[in-house]
Amino acid sequence: MLDFITRIFNRDSGASKNIAKERLRLVLVHDRASVSPQLLQTLKEDLIKVISNYMVIDEDALEVNLENSENQVALIANIPIKSMKRHADVI
Amino acid sequence: MGEVIVVTSGKGGVGKTTTTANLGTGLAQLGYKVALVDADIGLRNLDVVLGLENRIVYDITDVTGGHCRLRQALIKDKRYEGLFLLPAAQTKDKTAVSPDQMKVLCGDLSQEFDYVIIDCPAGIEQGFRNAIAGADKAIVVTTPEVSAVRDADRIIGLLEAAELREPKLIINRVRQKMVAAGDMMNIDDIIDILAIDLLGVVPEDEMVIITTNRGEAVIQDDRSRSGMAFRNIVRRITGEQVPLLNLEEGGLFSKIRRFIGLK
Ligand SMILES: Nc1ncnc2c1ncn2[C@@H]1O[C@H](COP(=O)(O)OP(=O)(O)OP(=O)(O)O)[C@@H](O)[C@H]1O
Ligand SMILES: [Mg+2]
Repeated sequence: MLDFITRIFNRDSGASKNIAKERLRLVLVHDRASVSPQLLQTLKEDLIKVISNYMVIDEDALEVNLENSENQVALIANIPIKSMKRHADVI
Repeated sequence: MGEVIVVTSGKGGVGKTTTTANLGTGLAQLGYKVALVDADIGLRNLDVVLGLENRIVYDITDVTGGHCRLRQALIKDKRYEGLFLLPAAQTKDKTAVSPDQMKVLCGDLSQEFDYVIIDCPAGIEQGFRNAIAGADKAIVVTTPEVSAVRDADRIIGLLEAAELREPKLIINRVRQKMVAAGDMMNIDDIIDILAIDLLGVVPEDEMVIITTNRGEAVIQDDRSRSGMAFRNIVRRITGEQVPLLNLEEGGLFSKIRRFIGLK
């Protein structure tokens, strides 16, 4: 019964607006992910700043990239560690 | 010093010119001095929407090119004392004006007017850059469709990159029946995605077309839903707190749905 009411009043699951919204969400993840090299550079610098509080990293070998796949975009960072600090400078 | 507001969208045909004409008319109705600038060079439109197409002598490129004084190019509205139009050039292209010239022009206009509203061309090219160059604030117009919202998102990014912070959103051509049936994205959906402040929602309304046919703005029509929506937007621009129209919140179905706890 509830299922019936749900279907009448809440056609949402099959409703086209949800398809629209989901498609939009995905396309914007991709659109927004085409960030400028400049932004990636500042992100890198910020990452170095934060991580350096905990470990010594090889700044020159640090790689940060956005990777696109079918239904998501991931931030992939490869951060070679030179050594760990005995105590974190910041907690 | 007046406020310079650019009305933009990315996607074409979503209602920038209609919005510009209505906001200008509405602000003039409230007694403000308003200059409307048609920055859509080569595709002059705002003049016909306002019913002023027969009065044009000079255009924006005559002003920036120094062929006439600003005052000479401004066309006074037929109905409203404080409303003026600076028309676009029809026979030139977008490169006929530069961003620096637009900054100077907007600066000059804001000395004389309470509000300067710029009707931006579609796209993200030079015409867009010209239109936003002299603006202090931006209004982004979209419709509840995937392509329009996507373009709005791109425009918001470009506006922020150009230091035009916190643009405000108008959602135009909302069809309440379709929203209620779940076949059109609603306000929450769109605000969710774009994450910017809502300035107002304008319903799809035949009266927009009827009034535009006559060279009038729908905001002059007291009974129309869209006119009411534009009046609310105008009041919000002047700093008033105005709640959203009912239609903006969803129809009967969504109320029932909420009532029986189905969200
Ligand atoms: N709320 C509405 N209800 C019905 N029709 C509308 C509404 N808003 C705009 N229109 C119609 O949609 C068409 C496009 O509107 P308008 O010219 O304002 O868009 P625009 O964004 O300025 O287009 P362009 O990108 O070509 O400059 C016009 O015919 C207009 O009358
Ligand atoms: Mg237009």
